[in-house]
Formats: sequence, C-alpha cells, structure tokens
Amino acid sequence: MPVSAVNSKIVFDALKEGGVRLISALPETWLVHLIRLADDDPDVTLVRLAKEEEGVGISMGAHLAGVKSAMLMQNHGFLASVNGIVSGAQLFRVPLLMLISDRGTFGERDPWQTEGGAVTEPVLAALRIPVMRLDDPARVAERIRQAQTLAYAANKPVALLLTRDLMWEDP
Amino acid sequence: MTRLDAMRAVYDRLEDCAVVTIMGAVAAELQSIGHRQNFFYLQHAMGLASSVGLGIALSRPAVPVVVFDGDGSVLMNLGGLTTLARYRPPNLLHVVFDNESLLSVGGFPTATSTGTSLAAIAAAAGVPRTADVNTIEAFVTEFEAAQRAHVLTTIVAKVDAIGPAAFVTDLGLLENRFQFQRYLQSR
Ligand SMILES: Cc1ncc(C[n+]2csc(CCOP(=O)(O)OP(=O)(O)O)c2C)c(N)n1
Repeated sequence: MPVSAVNSKIVFDALKEGGVRLISALPETWLVHLIRLADDDPDVTLVRLAKEEEGVGISMGAHLAGVKSAMLMQNHGFLASVNGIVSGAQLFRVPLLMLISDRGTFGERDPWQTEGGAVTEPVLAALRIPVMRLDDPARVAERIRQAQTLAYAANKPVALLLTRDLMWEDP
Repeated sequence: MTRLDAMRAVYDRLEDCAVVTIMGAVAAELQSIGHRQNFFYLQHAMGLASSVGLGIALSRPAVPVVVFDGDGSVLMNLGGLTTLARYRPPNLLHVVFDNESLLSVGGFPTATSTGTSLAAIAAAAGVPRTADVNTIEAFVTEFEAAQRAHVLTTIVAKVDAIGPAAFVTDLGLLENRFQFQRYLQSR
C-alpha cells in the first residue's frame, strides 16, 4: 500500500515529542501506519473507536485528567464529530488536537471521497477551528508543536490536515 | 424510584470519585443535593458523558470514576458502549438512569419504553458487569457491589419520568469545568 510509512513515523514521533500519551482513532487507509505505531508503543494508549465523535469525549476526559491526547480520523470522521466538537470541546473550552486525513482533494481516485474533500475546510472555517496543512515532512514536527501550543493557549480545538503529498506515495 | 432519591442514596459514596453527569435534569438534581468540586456536568454533547468518563478513567487508573447517564443519551452513542467494554477500565462505574423518556426536553418516550433493554445491550456489547434495578435498595446494593468489584459495570436504574422544574443553575459551565480539572490535578 503506497501510504508513506516514513512520513507516518515523522508525524507519530512529533506527537510523542509533544507529550501525547493517548491517541483515539478510527481507521482509514492513510492512517494505517500511524495507528499501528500508536498500538505498538507502550507509552501510548490507543483507543479504537466505533465512531469518531466518541474521541471528542475521550480527549475531553483525558485533558481534564491531565493527559495530552490526539485524534486520528479522516475528514468524514471529522464531519461525524461536529456536534461533539461544538457542544463539548468548544462549549467547555477544551483543547483538541485533531489530525484529519484530507481525502477527496486533487488526485483523489475514490469517487466516494470527493464530497467530503470539498467541504472539510469550509466546515472547519465555519467552526472557527484553526487549521494548517501538513504537506512538507521537514516541517511536520514544527507545525504539530505550533498546533499544540495554540490549542493549549486558547483552550480550543485545532486541526492539522494530513495531505496527499505527505501521506501517499503514488507508485 | 425517583432519580433524586437514587442519587441521594449513593451521594456519600461519591466523595472520592470523579463524577460526570449528562445535561439537564440529572445535573440540576445532583446540584440540588449538593455540588462538589469533583462533579462535572456535561451540559450538552449528548451521548458523550460515558466517553468523557472513559477518557478520565483511562488517564487516571487510580481515580474511581462514576458516570450518571440517561437512556436518551446512551441511545445516541450505543457504539460508545462497545468502546467502554473494549477497554473496560476497572475504575469506571456507568449508571444509566432510565426514565424511558427524553425528560429534559419535554418527555418524549424513548425506545426503552417499547422494550429496548439497555442493560442487555451493554452486556451484549461486552461490558463485564451489568445490572437492571427497579428499587432504591437494589440500586444501592448494586452500586456498592460495583465499587467493591473494581470491574467495569453498567447499572441501568429504572426511574420515574419526573425531574426538577428548572435546569439552569447558577454554576457556570466554565467555572465547573476548571474547578473539576483542578480537583483532578490535586488527586
Ligand atoms: C444532539 C442533541 N440533540 C438533542 C438535544 C436536546 N436534548 C437535550 S437533553 C435531551 C434528552 C436527554 O434524555 P436522557 O438522556 O434520557 O435524559 P433525561 O433528560 O431523560 O434525564 C435532549 C433530546 C441535544 N442536547 N443534543
């Protein structure tokens, strides 16, 4: 599978460097390596979800309990989490670090992904969730650090988009 | 049984627990018994109280966590029961007050009024201990047994569909949230 194992490792190492000790996830193709890395790491608790919105509640609980967390989902998982984000994390001012694989953008071959790709950034903007794209492996660690810094300073959710350029290696 | 009486009956046993409740009637009733800094009222985000409880329980295995949930709220996050069961933190006690109703928004009947059993769903989801109770005595017995057992437990307590006249209290949402976080920091 042409998902970049090297860049997945860079993302995972940056999360660990940032003190993330709990990761919630619902799989999709681009996330396979990241989820396996989290599962194999004894310092990280991986919580496999039935639906992404649960991850909002779990991250809220972890934060209140003093544990840094991150959420792995695809953009449709983000769309499935919107109420929890608004009426949980935003209402109660709880930071969330959301890593969203940005399917359905230029280069997408799966027809079913294409609607989500078109609305992800507008929905993030409507929710006033600060977002940056992770596309250059050399800048991944820095951006994850900056995203965390803002999330904890503002006590609010932030999003990082895992882009095709970073995650996918076309054969 | 009323939910208010049920919560009164176990109130003293909440002293050392991180308590998470759903919104509306439950939150207002628990506050009417007496707010404590170890109580967090998730005033919205329907369905996620058990997920918040799971996040706390996994993050702080030494802190006993009690969630006061509702039938309508659980029905909105049935998948969450499978996640609770999957990680089964022994320090999590999940109480569902089943009034067969969306009481806080006018009392429309939920599917538990037509036969859905949340205890059976929890058991089938893999929650290792479950109980169905209809009386205060049985509720207190199961609550105490669950605390002693130190195994993830879901107790479904059938309660009357009655609640307080008003749901908004003078405890601010953010005041409660930061107070609760500080409480957990001090543990
Ligand atoms: C997503 C969403 N839909 C609807 C509501 C409105 N709402 C608030 S409380 C509530 C009922 C909760 O029912 P239950 O969990 O059974 O608790 P009860 O009110 O009966 O104590 C509803 C539907 C909401 N808060 N969020």
